[in-house]
Amino acid sequence: MMKRLTLFGLLATLLLPSLAFALTQEVGGDRISVEAIAKGYQDPHFVEAKPSFLLKLRNADLLVSVGLDLEIGWLPPLITQSGNGRIQPGGNGYLDASQFAEILEIPQGKVTRAEGDVHPLGNPHYWLDPDNGRRLAKGIAGKLGELDPGNSAYFQQRFADFDKRLSEAEKSWDAQMTPYRGRKVVTYHRSWPNFAKHFGLDVVGYVEPRPGIPPTPSHTLDLINLMKRENVKVMLIEPYFDLRTPNSVARQTGAKVLVMTPSVGGEKGVDDYFKLFDYDLNLLKEAFDASK
Amino acid sequence: MRKQLALCVLLTAPFALSQQATPPAPVNENAALEQKIRDLEDRIVALEGQVRMLKSQPGNATSVAGTSTQPAAAPTPSTPAEAPAQVASQEPVHLGGAGTAAAKALNPDISMIGDFIATTGRNRVVSAPVMEMHESELGVQAIIDPYARGDFFLSFGEEGVNLEEGYITFTALPGGVVARAGKMRSAFGKVNTLHNHVLPWIDRPVVSGNLVGGEDGIDDAGASVTRILPAPKGLFLEGTGQLFRGDSSDVFKNSQRSDVSVVGHLRGYGDISESTNLDLGVSYARGHNDFGSSFITSLYGIDATLRYKPLRRAIYKSFVGRGEFIWSQRQQPTAPPCLAGTCPLGVAPNFQRAFGFYTSADYQFARRWFVGGRIDRSARARDARITDNGASMVLTYWPSEFAQVRGQYRFTRYGAPISTLSLPGKEDANELLMQIQFSLGAHGAHPF
Repeated sequence: MMKRLTLFGLLATLLLPSLAFALTQEVGGDRISVEAIAKGYQDPHFVEAKPSFLLKLRNADLLVSVGLDLEIGWLPPLITQSGNGRIQPGGNGYLDASQFAEILEIPQGKVTRAEGDVHPLGNPHYWLDPDNGRRLAKGIAGKLGELDPGNSAYFQQRFADFDKRLSEAEKSWDAQMTPYRGRKVVTYHRSWPNFAKHFGLDVVGYVEPRPGIPPTPSHTLDLINLMKRENVKVMLIEPYFDLRTPNSVARQTGAKVLVMTPSVGGEKGVDDYFKLFDYDLNLLKEAFDASK
Repeated sequence: MRKQLALCVLLTAPFALSQQATPPAPVNENAALEQKIRDLEDRIVALEGQVRMLKSQPGNATSVAGTSTQPAAAPTPSTPAEAPAQVASQEPVHLGGAGTAAAKALNPDISMIGDFIATTGRNRVVSAPVMEMHESELGVQAIIDPYARGDFFLSFGEEGVNLEEGYITFTALPGGVVARAGKMRSAFGKVNTLHNHVLPWIDRPVVSGNLVGGEDGIDDAGASVTRILPAPKGLFLEGTGQLFRGDSSDVFKNSQRSDVSVVGHLRGYGDISESTNLDLGVSYARGHNDFGSSFITSLYGIDATLRYKPLRRAIYKSFVGRGEFIWSQRQQPTAPPCLAGTCPLGVAPNFQRAFGFYTSADYQFARRWFVGGRIDRSARARDARITDNGASMVLTYWPSEFAQVRGQYRFTRYGAPISTLSLPGKEDANELLMQIQFSLGAHGAHPF
């Protein structure tokens, strides 16, 4: 008998108009109903815990979260208020997707907020590496099969198909980016370490002086000097950040500001995991070519 | 676990060496080897993930540490739901005895929020110190087991400590019910539910002080039940019923065990658009007052909040407009004994019907900057003939998410000097308040 699962979460939030949405939809197909809490163009650190989300959460069979404390400012009260025992942390319907991913920038030694809004368990923006996307999809498919054993083979078959398509796309993306490996870039927030690692980019600086701390004049001056010294010509900015400082830096360094989308749904037409990379890599290629 | 990880690395390294030492393999052989490397990478990543999850989950951290003395805890995501119960049946439960190497992993989230206030200007009715460490709130919060979580908030003044809230929340009850037991702020209206550090102002509205117990508010020991109610699609409807001991500041007072108080709240919420939403609520509270078991105080409230926050620029721009309207009905001794001088200071005889409200607006005009204003008007609960009015302007700056600097200009026109008998006579106060709030540790997010 077909069981219909309802899933919510940022992962979908990250994979379609929500990540869990995109990856979960990929492997869940028509056997699940999936919705996202955060939009792709929204800063995932600062989502409002609206009561309307409770209407979705209270009946969910599975909640997929990005984890690593990315949603710590808004998801815990939603879970508590949902009245849904299945999705409470530790419950069978709660899935922290970070367990499947390669996590970078895990702080070593003592962590303090003098370093800004650090994540003690590592950088939570891990989904922007296709290899992690594959691992997440595999993990989610396994979880779906656990919750709905009758459709386990279906979910695995969906994952196999996704894996195949992703591998082909990855070859193409890697080939496109090969000429640009080692290029230096600056990003606004530390949202791109996995992306940079996979595609061989060298992130040499950030618009934020510390994670979560808005740019200061002295840091901006330091950044301008750094970019001139290192000949950095591309800045990657998330769609939810103000462009005044990046544009000002770009004017003085001759760099190009790219508004890249870090999540599915971040821009019009970027409505699945493949289009997310297509969109971002096209922007990058054009910018690198123009800065030759 | 470490052994397993080391083994994977060792297997990968010789594999890479053999690649260099042998002639180029055929294309299909290379593809197979690449696939094998990817598989091994995936296994390492999966093992790293498992280690992270084990470290971050109390019960499993115990097993990592090689002990078996801790209470049963949440299963790993891949563990069937029945696992916690099975483990619990095999191992004795020791409440609070985390004295092993895993003790740190079992520690709850601990936070401290400091609230420093400086006041200047003229107020002959309600005087505040020129500078004070107004409150230091210690928060201790943790998931108790798969079925409940616990939250404690202790308020330290410059002298003395108060348990502001301390309750258990049952999160996995059937029927979508969320229940609480302990000491908690009641669900009457909006401001009464808020801790000081999440207020959009330095002080609380005049109506809170006059009718709902001021800073402490209706904050009592009791039990609470909340449930989302059936409603038309897109509308969120939630009902809360609470039963308290009946002791809340100067609002309710129990003279005997049966003098309990009750609070009810009905909340309706709807998204007007992706960026805008409207939150409405009606509240009711009833309890005995300080004149004894025969004297009842009833409160009725309406609250409304309109929020605007464009998602794409949510960290830079927002607007919140809110208002609360409260009616108080308070039974007090009849005229003769009061006129004979038996009524306490500032108390009028007979049944007192008082009304008060505040409306406010807060606008975020930059990532770290907010400006706002508030209008106050409220009669006094014990003598409804006297009405206090006020107006405030507020400017707030957040150096980071964990610190806040706020200034507030406050004008208050008191209907009568509180320090004397309830005689008519206006008294104006003009004050400038400055506040610094700062947060240490992991303070759990508050409900929307």
